[in-house]
Amino acid sequence: MNELDITARTMTVSVVQVLVVLLGSPLLVGLMRFVRARMEGRVGAGVLQPWRDTVKLLRKHRLDPEGTGPAFRTAPVLGVAVGAVAAGAIPLMATGTAFGTGADMIAVIGLLALASAALALAGLDTATAFGGMGASREMTIAALAEPTILMAVFALSARVGSTNLPAIVAAGAAGASRLASPASLLAAVALAVVVLAECGRLPVDNPATHLELTMVHEAMVLEYSGPDLALVELGAAMRLTVLLGLWSSLFVPFGIATGTGLGVLLLGLLVFAAKTAVLGCVLAAGEVFMAKLRLFRVPELLAGSFLLGVLAVAASFFLD
Amino acid sequence: MNADAEWLDVACGAFLLAAVGVVWRRDAAASSRLLAVQGAALAAIAVVLGADRHHPELYAVAAGVGLLRAVVLPGILRRAVTASTEDRETRPLMNVGASLLATAGLVLLAYVAATPMVRLENTPAARALPVGLAVVLIGMLVLVTRRKALSQVTGFLLLDNGITAIAFLAAAGVPLLVEFGVSFDLLLAVLVLRVLTTRLRASFGSADLDDLRELHD
Repeated sequence: MNELDITARTMTVSVVQVLVVLLGSPLLVGLMRFVRARMEGRVGAGVLQPWRDTVKLLRKHRLDPEGTGPAFRTAPVLGVAVGAVAAGAIPLMATGTAFGTGADMIAVIGLLALASAALALAGLDTATAFGGMGASREMTIAALAEPTILMAVFALSARVGSTNLPAIVAAGAAGASRLASPASLLAAVALAVVVLAECGRLPVDNPATHLELTMVHEAMVLEYSGPDLALVELGAAMRLTVLLGLWSSLFVPFGIATGTGLGVLLLGLLVFAAKTAVLGCVLAAGEVFMAKLRLFRVPELLAGSFLLGVLAVAASFFLD
Repeated sequence: MNADAEWLDVACGAFLLAAVGVVWRRDAAASSRLLAVQGAALAAIAVVLGADRHHPELYAVAAGVGLLRAVVLPGILRRAVTASTEDRETRPLMNVGASLLATAGLVLLAYVAATPMVRLENTPAARALPVGLAVVLIGMLVLVTRRKALSQVTGFLLLDNGITAIAFLAAAGVPLLVEFGVSFDLLLAVLVLRVLTTRLRASFGSADLDDLRELHD
């Protein structure tokens, strides 16, 4: 296979990943809500419900609250765009994505932080009490989550000698036994806690309520309606899918395509979809048994996961 | 890296994680469960080392250590917790976030301090030595930052688990007789502390050690 062919294949991988995440993330959210409803003894809306909501919202006409500026208008689009770029860069179904060395872990995390900062600005832009409150809480959580992500990344990249995501995932897929090492287990737990915090899931934030005392994400997006709300919801769903996919690629990289053959890529796609669905179901099932943490206890949780990240770095630095 | 070394890593990881968990959770019932996990991990370390160095004696030590530290001592603690109504650690001297950061510092300190020992003998057991040292330091931290007598017992047990782990990892365990004596001492100490806590609570209504600073009539 010549150079051009390989480039075409990696382009295909990225495009397919973006499309799958774009179309599949509402389904993942629908599946999680369905699992949760069933475990709580409710019938629950179907898996397709988020898509139906999206289509309904997209048909409505736009409505900007009075006095809002560009920050409010750009945040929804930026959220979806960031989700799409991250979905194209992160090796979800195959290790070779079109971004090459640009698919750096720190860059990807910076992108995701950009989306949450944009949403926080939009929350402030509405100048309502809830928007500001949600933005301040979101930024508090993000500021505490960021060091943990970096620590977990360093624990993984110390082994590979690079922060390039495809390189890390490819190394993990090649030597699967190293994944059972203490460093990698600690990093997995640390990153899992941070993924929960970044996606606004329990126990950090409850995505199912609009209770004014506790909400974080919902408080920021309270003023959105119509197509903008649809985009915000889609962006949040894509963020969840991308982060779950990133976690599974880093710590359970089985079945991810390392070659560029068509069959391998298809298998990689199926395995990615299956892994993300299973993770989503586990998350939804776990949330049934969990209560939301008090906001002032969230720093404790994140400090704990930061400590696990530090231990992971220490273990990978001193033990290897 | 062979399979034994990996099992040793996993057991040491669980050992350290349980200690971190004690700092993380302020719930006394959760602490006793974590201590049970830590005792089991300590027994696992002994078993792995016994298999690695062909010391059948270590299996007996592991059984004794497992029974005492994973079942008996956490059991005593749990009974003490259920007997009292104030089963949560209400006011640690340091908040949990700060103690977790301090724990991170202590673990790094343990790793740095143990580097010469690791360099001396580069075996998997020697490389895991800092874990024992870190647990000793974390035990000290818990001991000095908790106010309730029961949580101080937890810190004391962490400290002793760490010392035992160092003995296993550095010297493949002490002779069976000495280990037996130490374990018996530990059991007695915990029993005495348990009785003392009950008496404290009976006379003062709480086992908060801050109340013991002044003399009363």
